[in-house]
Amino acid sequence: MNRLSLFGLLGLVIRRDLILAMRRRADVLTTLIFFVMVVSLFPLGVGPEPDMLRKMAAGVVWVAALLASMLSLGRMFSADYLDGTLEQMMLVPQSLSMLVLGKIVAHWMVSGLPLVLMAPVLGLQFDMSAQALWILIAGLLLGTPILSMVGAVGAALTLGLRGGGVLVSLLVLPLCIPVLIFGTGAVDAAITGMSVASHLLLLSALLLLALVFTPWVTAQALRISME
Amino acid sequence: MAINWFKYAAPSSFYGLIGKMIPWFAWSSGILFIIGLYIGFFVAPTDVQQGEAYRIMFIHVPTSILSMFVYLVMAGYAAMGLIFNTRLSSMMASALAPTGALLAFLSLWTGALWGKPMWGAWWVWDARLTSELVLLFLYLGFIALQAAIDDPRRADRASALLAIVGSVNVPIIYFSVKWWNTLHQGSTVKFSGTSMHVAMQQAMYTMLLACWLYVIAVSLIRVRSIILERERNTQWVTDLPEVTK
Repeated sequence: MNRLSLFGLLGLVIRRDLILAMRRRADVLTTLIFFVMVVSLFPLGVGPEPDMLRKMAAGVVWVAALLASMLSLGRMFSADYLDGTLEQMMLVPQSLSMLVLGKIVAHWMVSGLPLVLMAPVLGLQFDMSAQALWILIAGLLLGTPILSMVGAVGAALTLGLRGGGVLVSLLVLPLCIPVLIFGTGAVDAAITGMSVASHLLLLSALLLLALVFTPWVTAQALRISME
Repeated sequence: MAINWFKYAAPSSFYGLIGKMIPWFAWSSGILFIIGLYIGFFVAPTDVQQGEAYRIMFIHVPTSILSMFVYLVMAGYAAMGLIFNTRLSSMMASALAPTGALLAFLSLWTGALWGKPMWGAWWVWDARLTSELVLLFLYLGFIALQAAIDDPRRADRASALLAIVGSVNVPIIYFSVKWWNTLHQGSTVKFSGTSMHVAMQQAMYTMLLACWLYVIAVSLIRVRSIILERERNTQWVTDLPEVTK
């Protein structure tokens, strides 16, 4: 059997994780429903004035997306850890970082991408303008992969621990603050008529930075957790 | 003469050494606290703009500076423990974490007490305040992760990785918060750029030194108990006079 190329491995891991996710659709839907619910709770809490809702829409959607992606982090490695697959994966003579990247990408496609696709509908609930909606989507498209990647580090560090779910949020949420700031900042800039490029470019920079470092750090964290 | 540079990297010899050093740090810290507070409260003049309330700065500034500095030192020790696999470095990192969290908390608390008379609000979403709050969260995450893992080796290494990721993130967080703030509300109230009175400077530096020595003394005391706890099954611990007694 010939060795897989790096990208062959990546594709394989992504395909496997997507198939597994499709066999358990309920898990995917729960995250999405949680996202919709949290966003819908805000108008009930602060009142239905359209002016205020329009102003806080981006922040609400972003915070809800942040919380929803924390919720699904536990699933990234835990199933494979429990049935021993993860241990076998780490024995494979292939780059563990690449393998981890594949799992991150699959995780994002299952739990991040649905949030991005759902966001415009929720934005309409908050009476956002079309232009602001587009910027919100662009920001979420750039930002949610970062949440998955930084979250992967936290998920790997807390693998198999008591109360891992809450702990992982505690570790990861402070690290996600820049994403939240630039994501909402872009929408604010669009509403006030300023240039959105700076925010989106900074988000892209963070995305590239995370893309380079987090798979490797996650691989190290997995090694620490598995030994 | 050959010097063994790594002699005190062993917990057994370090334990005895710091046992002798702790009283010195503790006493000099206490004395400097008294001197600093005396200068701060009785010698330093009343500030023209801020009245008497500015005196909280003698606690606020040292704790703020040290809370950031201690995080770097902690991350440094943690990294050393991860890279060179030295047990003592990891123990130092976990000994520093609670003190760092306490300093960050004190800095926020005194800042709120200072902010109320000066800015008229307990809390403003100023870049510095916000990033200090995030720093407190990072400390708490470090402590929580360490507390959640039962195996001390894994706890050390996992929290070391977290501390390193955190310290890489600190500048990103700081600048993002800074830009966020300037985009939202323009410049906020800042400490006036007037040159400080000499007595104020003296009080500030004395207090900074006192707090620094306090941090050293307290974290060394804590690392001594961590050493005892982790090495409790070794011969040298059972031979210690305070243990056999």
